[in-house]
Amino acid sequence: MSWDEFKDTAAERRLFQRRLLVMLFLLIALTCLLVARLYYLQIVQHETFSTLSDRNRVQVQPVPPTRGLIYDRNDHLLAENRPVFSVTLIPERVPNMEDTLHALQQILAVTDEDLERFRRRLREARRPHSPIPLRYDLNEHEIAAMAVHRHQFPGVEVDAELVRHYPFGELTAHALGYVGRINREELRRIDPVNYAGTNYIGKSGVERFYEELLHGRVGYQHVETNARGRVLRVLDRVNPRPGEDIKLHLDIRLQELAFKLLEGRRGAIVAIEPETGGILALASVPSFDANQFVTGISVADYRELNESRDKPLFNRALRGQYPPGSTIKPMLGIAGLDSGATTRDRMVWDPGYFQITPTGRRYRDWLRTGHGWVDLKRSVAVSCDVYFYDLGMRMGVDAMHEYLSLFGFGRDVSLDVRGALPGLLPSRDWKRGARNEPWYPGDSVNMSIGQGYMLATPFQLAAATAVTANRGVWAQPRMLRDVVGHETLDGILAEETLPPINLKNPDDWDFGIRTMVEVMHGREGTARASGRGATYQMAGKTGTAQVFSLAEDQEYNEDEIHERLRDHALFLGFAPVDKPKIAVAVIVENGGGGSSTAAPVARAMFDAWLLGFEDDKAGVVAQRSAGGRDDG
Amino acid sequence: MARRDFVHRMPGHSLPERRSWLAALHIDWPLLVLLLLLAAGGMVVLYSGGDARREIIEAQLMRFGLAFGVMFVFAQLDPSVYRRWAPWLYVVGLAGLVAVLLIGVGAKGAQRWLALPGLPRFQPSEFMKIGVPLAAAWYLSRYYLPPKFSRVAVALALVLLPMMLIMRQPDLGTALLVGSAGLFVVFFAGISWRLIGGFFALVATAAPLMWFFVLREYQKQRILTLLDPGSDPLGAGWNIIQSKTAIGSGGMSGKGWLQGTQSHLDFLPESHTDFIVAVLAEEFGFIGVLALLAVYLLIILRCLYIAVNAQDSFSRLLAGALTMTFFIYVFVNIGMVSGILPIVGVPLPLVSYGGTSIVTLMAAFGILMSVHTHRRMIDA
Repeated sequence: MSWDEFKDTAAERRLFQRRLLVMLFLLIALTCLLVARLYYLQIVQHETFSTLSDRNRVQVQPVPPTRGLIYDRNDHLLAENRPVFSVTLIPERVPNMEDTLHALQQILAVTDEDLERFRRRLREARRPHSPIPLRYDLNEHEIAAMAVHRHQFPGVEVDAELVRHYPFGELTAHALGYVGRINREELRRIDPVNYAGTNYIGKSGVERFYEELLHGRVGYQHVETNARGRVLRVLDRVNPRPGEDIKLHLDIRLQELAFKLLEGRRGAIVAIEPETGGILALASVPSFDANQFVTGISVADYRELNESRDKPLFNRALRGQYPPGSTIKPMLGIAGLDSGATTRDRMVWDPGYFQITPTGRRYRDWLRTGHGWVDLKRSVAVSCDVYFYDLGMRMGVDAMHEYLSLFGFGRDVSLDVRGALPGLLPSRDWKRGARNEPWYPGDSVNMSIGQGYMLATPFQLAAATAVTANRGVWAQPRMLRDVVGHETLDGILAEETLPPINLKNPDDWDFGIRTMVEVMHGREGTARASGRGATYQMAGKTGTAQVFSLAEDQEYNEDEIHERLRDHALFLGFAPVDKPKIAVAVIVENGGGGSSTAAPVARAMFDAWLLGFEDDKAGVVAQRSAGGRDDG
Repeated sequence: MARRDFVHRMPGHSLPERRSWLAALHIDWPLLVLLLLLAAGGMVVLYSGGDARREIIEAQLMRFGLAFGVMFVFAQLDPSVYRRWAPWLYVVGLAGLVAVLLIGVGAKGAQRWLALPGLPRFQPSEFMKIGVPLAAAWYLSRYYLPPKFSRVAVALALVLLPMMLIMRQPDLGTALLVGSAGLFVVFFAGISWRLIGGFFALVATAAPLMWFFVLREYQKQRILTLLDPGSDPLGAGWNIIQSKTAIGSGGMSGKGWLQGTQSHLDFLPESHTDFIVAVLAEEFGFIGVLALLAVYLLIILRCLYIAVNAQDSFSRLLAGALTMTFFIYVFVNIGMVSGILPIVGVPLPLVSYGGTSIVTLMAAFGILMSVHTHRRMIDA
């Protein structure tokens, strides 16, 4: 005890007690402060924080619907959904990015392009813990390899998503169209709620036209997530309504035949069932494999397709606008009869040329020597130009425009065909507006044989043929035949708007058709070679469209030009005559004459449709269907 | 022991019969029961806050085992032993703090640990939570109380020197606790109210200077975030928003044990360490937090009772300061988690996982028990 000063222990004790009392008050005050604070948070503000807490943990997630399937008329699957596997990395959970990428390259085929895209996304601003895709569309071998090595790669995940697949590839690319990833422009157009979980949207064709039907209605689920957004459990779920499965009028066997018939050429075939307007075949050759567009085509592949001079991406059937040439003669003949510009018996002398005035320009007949005396039926059968030059002058542009318009020229008469072009049906007004020139009589002469300004798509020619076969009753062309599970197509398929073409004398239909029968079966018919030996009667008309000049960007190449300068071969027709089952329009670019190139194609189509497909079982259809099942 | 033996042998004086075996072990049984209650309840909350991870529970149990052992040992030593050793312990601790600044190890921009060869890693700053009040109590109780101004100045220097060193690490939370432990001693010693008033005036003027010259950027950020957590909801404000959400969503009776969504879905940061009271508040509600506060208050009241009944000024000052430091722990931790104090690294005493703080705290309770159980009966 080395106390150097006097200590009053009792006083010190009292001092301490007083100080302790102060501290006790402080202690109680601070404790009350804490209690008040907790009371405020837990009782007063409880509702607010409860809501915050729930909003934290519960998230609404969209559940995308599965896209409806597309079948042909015989239930062959044309568009299906296949699981596609991709590898994604969550950078926050990858311990060493470079090592991981290097190791993944030992297992997966990762191209420099994949890597570069991945690194670019890695550098960009993004939500923490969100995955970045490295490779799409793993093959089975790679999926298996990933499954085996997965534990070695924290932060690397294999994701599956359902992706559209077209088992028939290029056969259906132009008829069905295809889906692709939603782009910025589409993002503005679509309902953000319904597409919240959807990555793909119909880009063209049936896929685009029936997008709403095929897409279905999005579902959603409330999920509990942790702070990193990982789903821990599903609290409740409203299932999506899957897209409707639809059945088309298309017959994939006929489609396949059309492709086979045009193999190695450029051209289009459109086949329509006149009674229903159902599109049986819609072929544009060459075509492309739509599957490569679904997940995103590489730049090089796209350039190759886009720059090919055969233009595989171009839908010739719907968007190829050609001078229809002589193929419009039967329709003009019917128009001539109905308008009184000519009669069935009226004869015209064809010296090989036609002049509007006795000293005027000579419009040549395709037969330089002329056909001699021709009436309407013979002029269609031999495709006499002079008769129609004369008829065109007699009818005038207004009447020709009026009647041809009834047959669907110059407009899109389809009910559900996306991207069909209207062609060009010239008129006085059109010429005044587009060319700022008056309509000259010579324009009528050119128009009367489907040349000059007039343009039509193969699809329009097939539609005009079908309405002719129906004796003027329209069944507007359509792709959709059925929606699986629906009784009717009311409210799904657009209403028909075209009235029937009423002729003053309805017999003129049969007469007009007989002129077309004469083409196929008459002694002088231009397509008699194609009509020979048929067990049924068919009606048709050949046509030839001149290719006037080279496009500016084409190079001069003697061999090529020779082929590319040849006329386009056209044909339209239907069969059988008394009860038409199929109407076909064919165009073979640079195919030469319609009778020699296009008509045999149509005949093969008729035969297959009316007499049955030869060797049905061994066809591509059977093979691909079987393959499709294996994949599934 | 010598004095005790002496008392024992005094004629006519024998130790009262009522003293139990716990008292013979120098254990204060009400305090022990309360501490065990707190530790057990804390483990229940920790089980949830640590996501039911076995290794956390096992490690915490080991730590408590060690801590109760330390308490037991500390309770055996006579207060006079602490008084004798106080200056040397203080010097050793101070040397440790200097060593930390020179050769310390640590993480996240702070140097707090000393890793000397042959010794387990330890935090000298943690040691000073006891070392500083010991030294202050030793120094002030050598003289008459209340102390005169020069002695107050020396005592304040004894407190502020280690506090400054700890702030340099930087470790604001520990500096705060060490500083308050020392200042409580000075306060209990009877420092004049005029000086206290002057001190607060000084703080008021020093605060702006501190802001511009002393506080680190991250410390300023914590204070700014406290004032407006919404200004940086995903960054610095995240912790405070999420912990307030956890507490508030608990309501009156809570979401139930292991049912707290904020903690179990990882929204709540540090849910088993500094923010564990938010887990309690979320799962057991207002009632649960009140129960916890009640246990803390009972412990504190028991300790204050021990302080009042201490037999000499050294013991009183030490016991009072250690008790109030314990309260500061509780107040600062709950205050920061509930958003009325800035976030400083102060654990919830005896509940938060880990840290040497459990051992230090139990050592302090050992000293308190020592103060209580080594009273001489002569003036009883």
